[in-house]
Amino acid sequence: MSAVIENHHEDHDHGPAKGITRWLYTTNHKDIGTLYLWFSFAMFLIGGAMAMIIRAELFQPGMQIVEPEFYNQMITLHGLIMIFGGVMPAFVGLANWLVPMMIGAPDMALPRMNNLSFWILPFAFLILLSSLFMEGGAPNFGWTFYAPLSTTYAPPSVTFFIFSVHIMGASSIMGAINVVVTIMNMRAPGVGLMKMPLFVWSWLITAYLLIAVMPVLAGAVTMMLMDIHFGTSFFNAAGGGDPVLFQHIFWFFGHPEVYIMILPAFGIVSHIIETFSRKQLFGYSSMVWAMLSIAILSFVVWAHHMFTVGLPLAAEIFFMWATMLIAVPTGVKVFNWVATMFRGSLTFETPMLFAIAFVVLFTIGGLSGLMLAIVPADFQYHDTYFVVAHFHYVLVPGAIFSIMAAVYYWIPKWSGNMYDERLGKLHFWLSFVGVNVTFFPQHFIGLAGMPRRYPDYSLQFADWNMVSSVGAFLFGFSQLLFLFIVLKTVMGGKKATSQVWDGARGLEWTVASPAPYHTFSTPPKVD
Amino acid sequence: MSGGSYYVPDQSRFPIFMAFSLFLLVMGASSTINNLDDPNSNSAYILYLGFASLFLTLFFWFRQVIKEHLAGLDSNQLKQSYVYGMAWFIFSEVMFFAAFFGALFYVRTLAVPWLAGEGSKGAAITAIELWPAFESTWPVITTPDNGVEYELAEKSMAWPGWDHALKWLPMWNTIVLLSSSVTVHFAHLGLKSGNRKKFNVLLGVTVFLALIFVGLQAAEYYEAYAHYGLTLNSGIYGSTFFMLTGFHGFHVMMGGIMLAIMLARSVFAGHFEDHDHFGFEAASWYWHFVDVVWVMLFLFVYIL
Amino acid sequence: MLTFVAPMAKADWFALNMTRGITDISNEVFELHMLIFWICVAIGVAVFSVMFYSIYAHTKKKNPVPAKFHENHKLEIAWTIIPFLILIAMAVPASKTLVKIYDDTAGDINIQVTGYQWKWQYQYLEDDISFFANLSTDLDEIYNLVPKGENYLQEVDEMVVIPAGKKIRFLITANDVIHSWWLPAFAIKQDAIPGFVNTAWTIVEEPGIYRGRCTELCGKNHGFMPIVVKVVEQDEYDEWVLNKRNEAIKLAELTTKDWTAQELVSRGQEIYDVNCVACHQVSGQGITGIFPALAGSDIVMNDKERNIEILMEGVQGAAMNSFSYLSEVELASVITYTRQSWGNAEKGDGEIVIPKDIVDYKEPKI
Ligand code: HEA
Ligand code: HEA
Ligand code: HEC
Ligand code: CUA
Ligand SMILES: [Cu+2]
Repeated sequence: MSAVIENHHEDHDHGPAKGITRWLYTTNHKDIGTLYLWFSFAMFLIGGAMAMIIRAELFQPGMQIVEPEFYNQMITLHGLIMIFGGVMPAFVGLANWLVPMMIGAPDMALPRMNNLSFWILPFAFLILLSSLFMEGGAPNFGWTFYAPLSTTYAPPSVTFFIFSVHIMGASSIMGAINVVVTIMNMRAPGVGLMKMPLFVWSWLITAYLLIAVMPVLAGAVTMMLMDIHFGTSFFNAAGGGDPVLFQHIFWFFGHPEVYIMILPAFGIVSHIIETFSRKQLFGYSSMVWAMLSIAILSFVVWAHHMFTVGLPLAAEIFFMWATMLIAVPTGVKVFNWVATMFRGSLTFETPMLFAIAFVVLFTIGGLSGLMLAIVPADFQYHDTYFVVAHFHYVLVPGAIFSIMAAVYYWIPKWSGNMYDERLGKLHFWLSFVGVNVTFFPQHFIGLAGMPRRYPDYSLQFADWNMVSSVGAFLFGFSQLLFLFIVLKTVMGGKKATSQVWDGARGLEWTVASPAPYHTFSTPPKVD
Repeated sequence: MSGGSYYVPDQSRFPIFMAFSLFLLVMGASSTINNLDDPNSNSAYILYLGFASLFLTLFFWFRQVIKEHLAGLDSNQLKQSYVYGMAWFIFSEVMFFAAFFGALFYVRTLAVPWLAGEGSKGAAITAIELWPAFESTWPVITTPDNGVEYELAEKSMAWPGWDHALKWLPMWNTIVLLSSSVTVHFAHLGLKSGNRKKFNVLLGVTVFLALIFVGLQAAEYYEAYAHYGLTLNSGIYGSTFFMLTGFHGFHVMMGGIMLAIMLARSVFAGHFEDHDHFGFEAASWYWHFVDVVWVMLFLFVYIL
Repeated sequence: MLTFVAPMAKADWFALNMTRGITDISNEVFELHMLIFWICVAIGVAVFSVMFYSIYAHTKKKNPVPAKFHENHKLEIAWTIIPFLILIAMAVPASKTLVKIYDDTAGDINIQVTGYQWKWQYQYLEDDISFFANLSTDLDEIYNLVPKGENYLQEVDEMVVIPAGKKIRFLITANDVIHSWWLPAFAIKQDAIPGFVNTAWTIVEEPGIYRGRCTELCGKNHGFMPIVVKVVEQDEYDEWVLNKRNEAIKLAELTTKDWTAQELVSRGQEIYDVNCVACHQVSGQGITGIFPALAGSDIVMNDKERNIEILMEGVQGAAMNSFSYLSEVELASVITYTRQSWGNAEKGDGEIVIPKDIVDYKEPKI
């Protein structure tokens, strides 16, 4: 076994190792960032393919291509994979690539643990996906896995699901600790807290949220495991427990989780808008305070997902008011972005297009979120497609668009090549149209009364469902174009300068493109 | 590796081995649990394999880290990273426990009274229509469905009154664990003042106290199962009781193992300097954390 | 295929908004919805118009030298305070409406609604009436074999009947997993939590038929457990109550009747199609891994005692719940049906179960 212990005195300042072991054993933040990004893209395609099955089934009334039982497995896996496999790892990948470069650190603080955080994920999702082939099928209780549907009434694969959530959580916690430690401990001299780029700030806050809530999710699944296999009655009224307890614990995790999926996006968009407006970001410090307030408020609003479970009146009113309050700091962010663009000197390269679309469509999603927060109205919206429309607006043209914007924005730095601007714009417009055609009609379907998680529906919902499905296919297939653009850029193209964008600021633009394998081995000077 | 002051390790196999071990571990655990009633199932072997490879990887990984440390590769800045890392890890553990404590508070103050008809949200009707005979008490002795009933309130784990205080295991457990926190603290002071012998002895005592704690806890569980009829199946009181104390007990074992390893490192390999011993310090933080959790448990699970 | 597209004509391009509903409360909720909707639209228009103005006027071409400002305290304070005030303007009426909805006093008529996988049970607490409402849409419609009817997936075999103008309180609970009882026209959506009772109330002035759905994922047939409420005038309601009572008496008489296997089987098939197919499937094959096959099941073929017991008690920890709420006749006939069908009679002992057996089973337990 002594061969396992590397001798690290030999070579100095080398590039990446050769062959596959570069990726398997790497401790380099850029390699790990790349791994995360590709992994998340693969998951996005798989989760997206499931969404295509969902939309195909919903194309028309009547059962078309799958059975209800399988449909439920699809929505569950779609939700889980998109959230835990798509959005979260993509943001962690971006953090890996960018945080050390932005604060002038040589690498992440704990490089080997960094690699561990990544490699847990493929195994975790292997387990999750393999449950499709198990007796009784994959988890079929929605990504929110409410007890007792997910305990007493669950298929046997739930045990695998539980443990896979455990290790995914461990991965997230380790990844988050790494980010926090890197930011707190590895900033180059002169990079004070209030001088950090906003993406770094957004991740510091996100990481804090992750460390605070992932363990709570672990606690929830542990109690499920006990209820299923060891006779406890946490979520069973007959033994003195309460199924609603599960929901409280889940959403105590779940609501901060949705901000985990949007805060890094706020960071990204702030950079891009600043760059392409050629004007300093408006209200830097209020941006930071806004994110902090959002994060803190996110811990006291969880029950807005549970307005219909029969909470006491006082609780309903408290959670309604607290939830609505979040609109204030979020509004500050939106206004700051607009003010940054105001009297700037704008150009509309692909990243900027995605960022502008983000601001508009995220705001639409946020406003529908606000409507959901109004309890009596939520009695009508809850568990309908209105909710589905809300969260896809904040997640797809929100989180996903921000990730795509980030890829277009930084890929010249990563690969050394410019992407094809014409194809990029085409990708943007296809996605923009696709996403709206898919999800805007879902507001109508929802208000008209179609519940979510329905494999089949009555006739009055037929028209808009068909439109939504058509949009979904358009949006889905446009993402293959994205794959193509990325591959093309990685393989060649116009060489990028180190500055890349003329309005860009920040340490990452001071190093060559592609960024050398090791950057800032000695800390840069920042004033 | 970079030429800079911050040590960035080279490629390493440990992370992916560890990830794979975790994979084996959870695959093994899931299929073992799913096949509990099948005596012919071989799933447990995957579980054992997972454990074995996990421990092996951890062993070699930590050995590597210690070697690097002894070779002087880690700067003060890196040590600071470990300090932050450990602190945030402990914070994540706090939140893990918070989930279980939250569950306890929720059922005690809300769910059980609701089931018995107290409070709003249709509770009165809940009681009349669904659980007519149920009474709200804590501990819950007879569950709403009349399914389980363990013997008597005074036989729950709750405070038995001064007459029986001496025979009350939780109190001894508290004493044991609190004193172990003290001993580990003085061991630390010993180390800081360069008194290796004091360190070894006091750390040894701490590990011993940890063992006693686990032993007493086992005795308590035995009592609960054998004489009180208090089991995992005894409704929500048993659920919260065993979940909280069990999860804590598991942490005591982890912390005890960590401390034992530190002891072994000090005794057999002469590790740790008076000014440089974060390995031990991390373990001792963990130990104090476990102790604080116990105080909360003592308060909320046993006394109140 | 095309022929089945025909009913799409019933689809509605103009179903864009929430329905107004027919009770005071649902009207109030609708007004609230429109209020917050227009506020959101106004905010959107305000924000986006500034933004689009910049996009139009402040491009690099038109404005090559960007401005330098990057803060403005007055502005920032304004756009913190004003949204806050707008929020209060939304939250106050919302809280008022909520307080009204949360009235928890007893109704003139109290109906206990229990969600089952995948049907609703309604028990009229004062009148001792109890029945189940199952989806009545034909499987062939669902599988596109015949054209879909007008009320596709929103029709049931037995409607809930309530009188107009009376305060009805629903006591909502569930038997297995969480369901949620939603009737948009009444603006009632209450989760049905197993082991707990939630309440909701309504007063409907206008007779008519109102349709709703289950809105909490409750397993495979979550999309197939609709809710239909029929509001009638008081005298019609009284008549309905009388009829229900008479039916119950007739049913009791049936228990003592002498039954032939044939009668039981044909009656049993109907009950099977309503209560059991969801899991055990039309041909009794079940679904591997989740729902056992009844065709060829040892219990169904050879173990009459256990068969009755399973139906009466359910199986702990499995989706198979107790069906003891079915009448003796229904139970006997459905069991007999399963024991006689799919070759079970030939391969097994072929014994039938008569209502008396169920009565006997119940006896010693009392
Ligand atoms: C990235 C993810 C994300 C984000 C950012 C949000 C943001 C918000 N969400 Fe959303 N939400 C989800 C993801 C997200 N949500 C998901 C996944 C679900 C469903 C989960 C499930 O059940 O499966 C959900 C469900 C959900 C519900 C439950 C609905 C139900 O099931 O009945 C509610 C209810 O309150 C809600 C509210 C909000 C609010 C108030 C915000 C706010 O943060 C929005 C704030 C933003 C704005 C308001 C717009 C910008 C502001 C201005 C321009 C300022 C001026 C505005 C005013 C003065 C009004 N969300
Ligand atoms: C970040 C999260 C995220 C993202 C990105 C998406 C993306 C999409 N979602 Fe998402 N969705 C959720 C999170 C997300 N969803 C969640 C949490 C739920 C709730 C689950 C639950 O109820 O429990 C949900 C539920 C949900 C429903 C409701 C199901 C129901 O309630 O019955 C629908 C229905 O239209 C839907 C559609 C879509 C579509 C069309 C996309 C599109 O944007 C997808 C785009 C498609 C692709 C990216 C595919 C591209 C690739 C190909 C087409 C190539 C073919 C395949 C291969 C090469 C392998 N989703
Ligand atoms: C919600 C799903 C569901 C419905 C509806 C349902 N069952 Fe079942 N049934 C099950 C499940 C699951 C089992 C397996 C229980 C176990 O042993 O774990 C089962 C087991 C059985 C068995 C025992 C079979 C064997 O070989 O073990 C019989 C008999 C049976 N059901 C009859 C019926 C009848 C008759 C009906 C209708 C009146 C019915 N079931 C309705 C889910 C259902
Ligand atoms: Cu019952 Cu959904
Ligand atoms: Cu939320």
